[in-house]
Amino acid sequence: MGEVIVITSGKGGVGKTTTTANIGTGLAMEGKKVVVVDADIGLRNLDVVLGLENRIVYDIVDVVEKVCRLKQGLIKDKRFQNLYLLPAAQTKDKTAVSPEQMQELCEELKEIFDYVIIDCPAGIEQGFQNAIAGAEKAIVVTTPEISAVRDADRIIGLLEAKGLYNPKLIINRIRHDMVKKGDMMNIDDMIDILAIELLGVVPDDESIVISTNKGEPVVTDEKALAGKAYRNITQRILGKEVPLLDLEVDEGVLSKLKKFIFGK
Amino acid sequence: MDLLKIFSKNNNSKNVAKERLKLVLIHDRANVSPRFLEMVKGDIIRVISDYMEIDEEGLDIKFTRTKRDSDNKPIPALVANIPIVRMKDNAMK
Repeated sequence: MGEVIVITSGKGGVGKTTTTANIGTGLAMEGKKVVVVDADIGLRNLDVVLGLENRIVYDIVDVVEKVCRLKQGLIKDKRFQNLYLLPAAQTKDKTAVSPEQMQELCEELKEIFDYVIIDCPAGIEQGFQNAIAGAEKAIVVTTPEISAVRDADRIIGLLEAKGLYNPKLIINRIRHDMVKKGDMMNIDDMIDILAIELLGVVPDDESIVISTNKGEPVVTDEKALAGKAYRNITQRILGKEVPLLDLEVDEGVLSKLKKFIFGK
Repeated sequence: MDLLKIFSKNNNSKNVAKERLKLVLIHDRANVSPRFLEMVKGDIIRVISDYMEIDEEGLDIKFTRTKRDSDNKPIPALVANIPIVRMKDNAMK
């Protein structure tokens, strides 16, 4: 029996879809059987982030409405043996699926997969209610911005109201240089305010943009710092204790020289 | 450089963000509407007016945050600033 985890945030554009793609891929790389579900009906994106956009025939609404069988709706990722995608419908809207249908779908998927990872749409309306309906655990994604943290706080409250207790936090797009200067909230600031457990921290890394351009999740990139961050998060989901990533990026000779001359 | 840092410490933009965020979350979490505050305000005026004459125009009531004495944890607080014009006679008896 698998586990259903919803990736949510409240605010849009903080990296829910990227996080879903990387956690899903990361778990598949560890040999787990994974399905990533795009619950953002009308604004399908998980397919392009995973590089599977050309292979879609059926979608989540087709599956729920029984236009096709569940297995027909699932797209197998050819690069990772154990990874499947259930894409969102692009031409319908959020009301095309009900929370009850979503619950039923998750029950079915749990029978087949070790992990069911749901990419939740932004907002707190029907799409959000649908996405969390069948979930047992929740991951909240935020960035170190005042608006994203505020929305994360609201989402945590709404999750708990729906019985999804103890959501875990991922802090995305943190910039070590700005944190050091005191111009960006640090990890402790955000944990202090939101009072939930930290699952991981992902640095603001160019390699994410590059990997998304190519449709290859950054978790597969051995050299990228963000890739390492997502691999660590994957390990923590699997129950292993991994220390937090040291975000101190190699500064290069010039800035080291500056430091040597002018002091810190 | 270090001296500059010491002086600018409290002006760090992240501290500004953190303070603003904390304040806005108190309102979000408490789910206080302006109507609710108006109702509280009306009732406070009604009760206090039995004992003293107050300056209703100058009355200021708001939700804010304060630190609990026992463990310094931030807790929401209702702060009312009520200017008294004069005490009423019956209060003196």
